Amino acid sequence: MKRVYVNEKWCLGCHLCEYYCAFANSGKSDMVKALKDHKIAPRIKIEERDTISFAVSCRHCEEPLCVKGCISGALRIWQGAVHINSDQCVGCGTCILCCPYGALSRTEQGAVQKCELCQKNEFGQPLCVQGCPNKAIVYEER
Amino acid sequence: MAIDFLYPQYEVVRNLDRCITCRACERQCANEAHRYDADFGCMVSDESRCVNCHRCVSLCPTRALKIVKTDHTFKENANWTGKAISEVYRQAGSGGVLLSSMGNPEPLPIYWDKILINASQVTNPPIDPLREPMETRTFLGKKPGRIARDAEGNLINNLSPQLQLNVPILFSAMSYGSISYNAHASLARAAAALGTYYNTGEGGLHQDFYPYGDHTIVQVASGRFGVFQKYLEAGAAIEIKMGQGAKPGIGGHLPGMKVGPDISKTRMIPEGTDAISPAPHHDIYSIEDLRQLVFSLKEATAYKKPVIVKIAAVHNVAAIASGIARSGADIIAIDGFRGGTGAAPTRIRDYVGIPIELALAAVDQRLRDEGIRDQVSVVIGGSVRNAADLLKAIALGADAVYIATAALLALGCHLCRTCQTGRCNWGIATQRPELVKRLNPEIGCTRLVHLVTAWDHELKEMMGGMGINSIEALRGNRLMLRGIGLTQKELDILGIRHAGE
Repeated sequence: MKRVYVNEKWCLGCHLCEYYCAFANSGKSDMVKALKDHKIAPRIKIEERDTISFAVSCRHCEEPLCVKGCISGALRIWQGAVHINSDQCVGCGTCILCCPYGALSRTEQGAVQKCELCQKNEFGQPLCVQGCPNKAIVYEER
Repeated sequence: MAIDFLYPQYEVVRNLDRCITCRACERQCANEAHRYDADFGCMVSDESRCVNCHRCVSLCPTRALKIVKTDHTFKENANWTGKAISEVYRQAGSGGVLLSSMGNPEPLPIYWDKILINASQVTNPPIDPLREPMETRTFLGKKPGRIARDAEGNLINNLSPQLQLNVPILFSAMSYGSISYNAHASLARAAAALGTYYNTGEGGLHQDFYPYGDHTIVQVASGRFGVFQKYLEAGAAIEIKMGQGAKPGIGGHLPGMKVGPDISKTRMIPEGTDAISPAPHHDIYSIEDLRQLVFSLKEATAYKKPVIVKIAAVHNVAAIASGIARSGADIIAIDGFRGGTGAAPTRIRDYVGIPIELALAAVDQRLRDEGIRDQVSVVIGGSVRNAADLLKAIALGADAVYIATAALLALGCHLCRTCQTGRCNWGIATQRPELVKRLNPEIGCTRLVHLVTAWDHELKEMMGGMGINSIEALRGNRLMLRGIGLTQKELDILGIRHAGE
């Protein structure tokens, strides 16, 4: 299955992936409309210290601990990717604690959000990958 | 604080209606022109730091940025232009030589633009390169004067070593030091993928690039940096650099600041020391001396590799080229006055040397007149900007062209001409690791391959239009060219007729 992979060697720490992620999942058709004067809560996040930086998002593990831990059944594997049904999420935060990568976070509404490879939004392909200026984030079969 | 006489050249225009304060511009500007102001809650810029490299403009996800030339003005004066005045201020402030980078930006004649190309109509058919074979492969090196046979009549191979080029384009010399590791990696990979060559410049060959040796021209310049037996053996050809189009008559200087562990090892000089290339080769003061170096290098590599001698196009270039052809060199490379550089004194870059078009025509004609044109191949560089320039160069007599500025543009260079600061935001002319990593060679190589492939397509289309199906039939075919708006003297030197003639 194709997944999002990150190559730290080429990450510039420009944080554009975060903004493309926030835009992709905003439901808006225009980046300015989606993000202007808006504090973003992206599903991919740059970890950085000194000169090292890299993006972290869901690995879509084959045996995801988040899915195992989910008490409400909101987290499911669909077509190989881990998806979340926010209507079903009770916001207990178990998945956040379970995930060894820190790839899940809370939305403003209290439910949990995570990378769903842009499969549910209008882009269809991960927008962070398309927006990365240095091919530090790739979407490929490995 | 002393008065700064200079007003910034550019203005950063930010459309605040579009800016989403993602701060990509701030993070990507090594000159620190942008910053986030927490009190105002918006991005602000200091245009005095801007070098107009467009890194921020290119990365801005909402196209909220543009850079414009300032309309701040001095009192109008056709003689003392704003540029002339500012340069006096700069020198009065610094007391130093003015430094610039990349090619000559002055509005001096560009002869390529005054040469038009022929096409076939009615009496001779054009060729469609998509349907019929079209050869853009070429070979560089000395061609045998006659066919030799043994007693049984079999051909004796008397061919000197040749360079095979699948396209008549090579990447010209840029040293590791002047450009980054990733820029070199991009060039090396692209040269291998295209079936052509890149050139180490005089910075030696990084050990990681020895596997690309078959597609590498190794340079021996006046500083002799990084030259040793294995280096000479690694390359497909050896180039002796006598001069460079951007700065004929002077040497080079890589500041110690850029000589880190890797460059120190590659150049074989102590870390942190300035790498100074002398203006002359101290062992070359005549054609005979040059001949000695040519044959020393051939001897060292068992006569298996062609030797290139590179010179800048200067006033008596034709006579010099004739001498080089007789020195035993296999290929002459001529670099015109619009050729690029990582740093050169401004006055030298702008006013020393001559246009490559005139130099090429003069050299080709001289070598032909003397009956020694086949003894050498001629490669030219110094601002070949597109496939039309390439075709015109070949028709004027070149065997192939060197491109470097165009190659750097493909890698992201925006010709901001501040290479000498070492803060290249595109990861090309810098050695700072955080900037070097901005150039991913995977992307760089692809873009270079695209560029050269595109030019090759265009070259084939234009050749086809002329009814010519091989580089050999185009080379020196000046009847395919016509001048427009040129004086008789210029036409005579170029060896072409005026349009309509």
